[in-house]
Amino acid sequence: MTSFPLQISRPIHPTGIWNWITTIDHKKIGILYGVSAFILFIIGGIEAMLMRAQLASSNLKIIDPELYNQLFTMHGTTMIFLAIMPMGAAFFNYLIPLQIGARDVAFPRLNAFSYWTFLAGAIILNASWFLGGAPNAGWFGYAPITGKAYNVGHGIDFWIISLQVLGIASLAAAFNFIVTIINMRAPGMTFSRLPVFTWMSFITAILLVLAFPVITVALIELQFDRFYGTNFFITSAGGNPILWQHLFWVFGHPEVYILILPAMGIVSEILPTFSKKPLFGYPVVILSGIIIGFMGWMVWSHHMFTVGLGPVANSVFALTTMAIAIPTGVKIFNWLGTLWKGSLTLNTPMLYAIGFILTFTIGGISGVMHSQAASDAQQQDTYFIVAHIHYVLFGGSLIAILGGIYYWFPKFTGRMYDEKMGKLGFYAFFIAMQITFFPMHFTGLNGMPRRIYTYGSEYGWDFWNLISTIGVLLLAISMVIFIYNIVSSWIGGEKASGDPWDARTLEWSISSPPPEYNFAVIPTIEYRDDWWEKKMLGKTSEEITSDDVHLPQPSYWPFIASLGLLIAGFGIILSIPVAILGASITMIGVYAWSFEPVNDPH
Amino acid sequence: MFSLYKKILFITKSAKNIFLALPLLLLLLTLGCSSKDPQSTFDTLGPVSELQLELFYILFWVGLVVFILVAVAVFYIILKYRAKPDDSIPEQIHGNTKLEIIWTVIPILLIIGIAIPSVQAIFASSKPDSKYTNNNLTIDAVGKQWWFEFEYPEYGLITANEVHIPVGEAVTIKLHSQDVLHSFWVPKLAGKVDMVPNNDNHLWLQADEPGIYYGHCAEFCGQAHALMRFKLIAETREEFEAWISHQKTNAWTSSDPLAQEGMEIFMSRDAGCYACHTIQGTDKAKGNQGPNLTHFASRTHFAAGILENNQENLRKWLKEPDKVKPGNLMAKNAAVYNGTSDSLTEQEISALVAFLRSLQ
Repeated sequence: MTSFPLQISRPIHPTGIWNWITTIDHKKIGILYGVSAFILFIIGGIEAMLMRAQLASSNLKIIDPELYNQLFTMHGTTMIFLAIMPMGAAFFNYLIPLQIGARDVAFPRLNAFSYWTFLAGAIILNASWFLGGAPNAGWFGYAPITGKAYNVGHGIDFWIISLQVLGIASLAAAFNFIVTIINMRAPGMTFSRLPVFTWMSFITAILLVLAFPVITVALIELQFDRFYGTNFFITSAGGNPILWQHLFWVFGHPEVYILILPAMGIVSEILPTFSKKPLFGYPVVILSGIIIGFMGWMVWSHHMFTVGLGPVANSVFALTTMAIAIPTGVKIFNWLGTLWKGSLTLNTPMLYAIGFILTFTIGGISGVMHSQAASDAQQQDTYFIVAHIHYVLFGGSLIAILGGIYYWFPKFTGRMYDEKMGKLGFYAFFIAMQITFFPMHFTGLNGMPRRIYTYGSEYGWDFWNLISTIGVLLLAISMVIFIYNIVSSWIGGEKASGDPWDARTLEWSISSPPPEYNFAVIPTIEYRDDWWEKKMLGKTSEEITSDDVHLPQPSYWPFIASLGLLIAGFGIILSIPVAILGASITMIGVYAWSFEPVNDPH
Repeated sequence: MFSLYKKILFITKSAKNIFLALPLLLLLLTLGCSSKDPQSTFDTLGPVSELQLELFYILFWVGLVVFILVAVAVFYIILKYRAKPDDSIPEQIHGNTKLEIIWTVIPILLIIGIAIPSVQAIFASSKPDSKYTNNNLTIDAVGKQWWFEFEYPEYGLITANEVHIPVGEAVTIKLHSQDVLHSFWVPKLAGKVDMVPNNDNHLWLQADEPGIYYGHCAEFCGQAHALMRFKLIAETREEFEAWISHQKTNAWTSSDPLAQEGMEIFMSRDAGCYACHTIQGTDKAKGNQGPNLTHFASRTHFAAGILENNQENLRKWLKEPDKVKPGNLMAKNAAVYNGTSDSLTEQEISALVAFLRSLQ
């Protein structure tokens, strides 16, 4: 073999910080994703609590208007891009190889690169707080207020660059999972036997690959406007602000399904396990997911009913939006069908999954209300929309993710969580969520616009706003219970067996936590819910340990390549030489990565 | 509104099912709290908002029934099928084609049922049909950071933050923006339509009752978005025409010496108010950066609808505009506020107040 410069042998760090930095084990990357996303979720939550403090009553002066605008922008951007999406990625990472009977993902180093690049994006965005102020134009950054003429600081620049970096991370991850799911399935794991969570992740990854380039284009145009004086959105020079809205929502609406489909997948795993029944209507649930993913591309202008697109366009988008309710409804009915005549164990993950059905139904119904372009004109940009988005993202995506954390906690950590505390945490969370977000329906219909940092007492909004603020305090308490349960159980929980729930899918056929190689022998799949069926038939074999397994080896280079992106991201905003330095580091990283040897070639 | 109350009360009383009664009671409570509030979308006083509310109720009732069905099913299943210690493994049912067809077709029919009034309402709210009195009154509304300008092109009249319309007539409002996105919204009369730079929009509305209606910018537009409000005043055709002809007269007629002093400050280089504000009938005040102040004293509110127009509020505003409305451009650009020249003295403020109060 020819020798190249920088051909450094693969790192060997069995433990410690370097082990985490160089790891390419999908399980460890999953945990990194999950823990980072959860920390960012807490940051986003604190931002929300500050806003709720300011809105607790009329005419308060706790937060000044500029800071308030930064808070709601950062809250939205953080929760969507830095909390819920990477929490989904955490589940993809940890579970997809286990569910399809693989030893790792298709491109393990790319997987590590995705994580570190996501972290770089998160750091760039949050660094804006300390470098002249956070972005302040809302999470969908409508033109032209994002232009230099109205926004002189660097906040918007940090927003643009961090979203671009996060886009790289998401695209790399999405390609990786698509290839993994197509190519790495164990023998017999056909698409008609694929676990529903993996199926929904597959659809999500395809949506990501198709949706992110659209926002990338929009962000490049905005970046060029701000950095190099182009005129895509600069209205004083004839730019078109509506173009931004179209581009943003052509990305933004599929993005909503990127956030909710993994959650639907999680719920579709939890319900059958604790009902002791297979998922009702498996092909219909999958097909509904595909239809939702597909139709998600035909509804974007329902975010723009008040923009003045005219009655014909509004009618078309109203009809397509209403139509999406059909596959969504079908999913809900199939989940009810799964529970029907089951033998239900109402433990913590099951409670979250059932809670999901209830709150997501409310969010779905208010969604259909918004599809009515005519009456949406009274709801658009009010707290009614804020209520809706929280019922689907908080009461949809997040509630399912929390349920998923409990459900797979034994698998992830090898320990059991505290069931009593889990249930207590659920009830506190569920009730607090209703107290926080349900009143927003009332304030919205009572004419309260969103994104206002203050309001007068004459509007009659005080009472329900105070209730919402009280609700958010209770939510914080419920999250403390959740975190305490997770942390204390992770440290000192009871040891978990490989299959504590008597579950159905492949990940439960191996020990908890799984060995580094996942499967000593790659299983041959004969059934949908293979593990369950084999248990029923008594066909499970004794677990074999094996040390003759070829595993991908750790690498420094994904981390180095991402580090370069982090430096380049700051450089583009603050100093061109630094940007060149960062880009060079990334190129060196990618180059060395390409020629990286294996320590122990087979 | 009232008939709806009765309807809910009736259903609540007759509902045996607690699941049905509870949300309805909650709704009753909510409507009771909110219907008289200034921006309530339930207190509809014009045909457009009325139409939008009717559509809302269709969706609301259908949605409520769907939610109750799902919730009842969930609780029924939880109670009935909870695992018992002696449970054997339940029958492994994989699905049921008949059921799948049923619960796909029913939502499809439901959606088709909703789609008809939905599309009808979109077209009905897009322009007034022949059944409305229509004198083709058109008003241009321009959103600016952070206030509203209103122009009556057929009368050659410009005013700010308070728009007058005749009651019982369909009025077209053309929507423009001078800087960023804004949105024109009078909740009791009509849903919002955005004000987009380089893309002119319009909406129509009609007020069925005379009165002062609250309006609010509904699209995030920067620092003072929360304080970008306006008032819509609906009055009889005679009152409206009297208002128009009064607005067309010259406002500055006062002979009060203090007001005279205020006028001089207003027109002075040091204060520079004239550079941004127009007062019709004066030679100098022709600026258009800030609100047109002709007949300022005839307005009920000022500073984009946030302050009642009285002496005390005017003093407060002229003293520290940035405290009243953080971010406003007067505090940022006017020499007397941004520190490039001496601040206004108490005496100067009194004179300016007297001047502005004299612009009847």
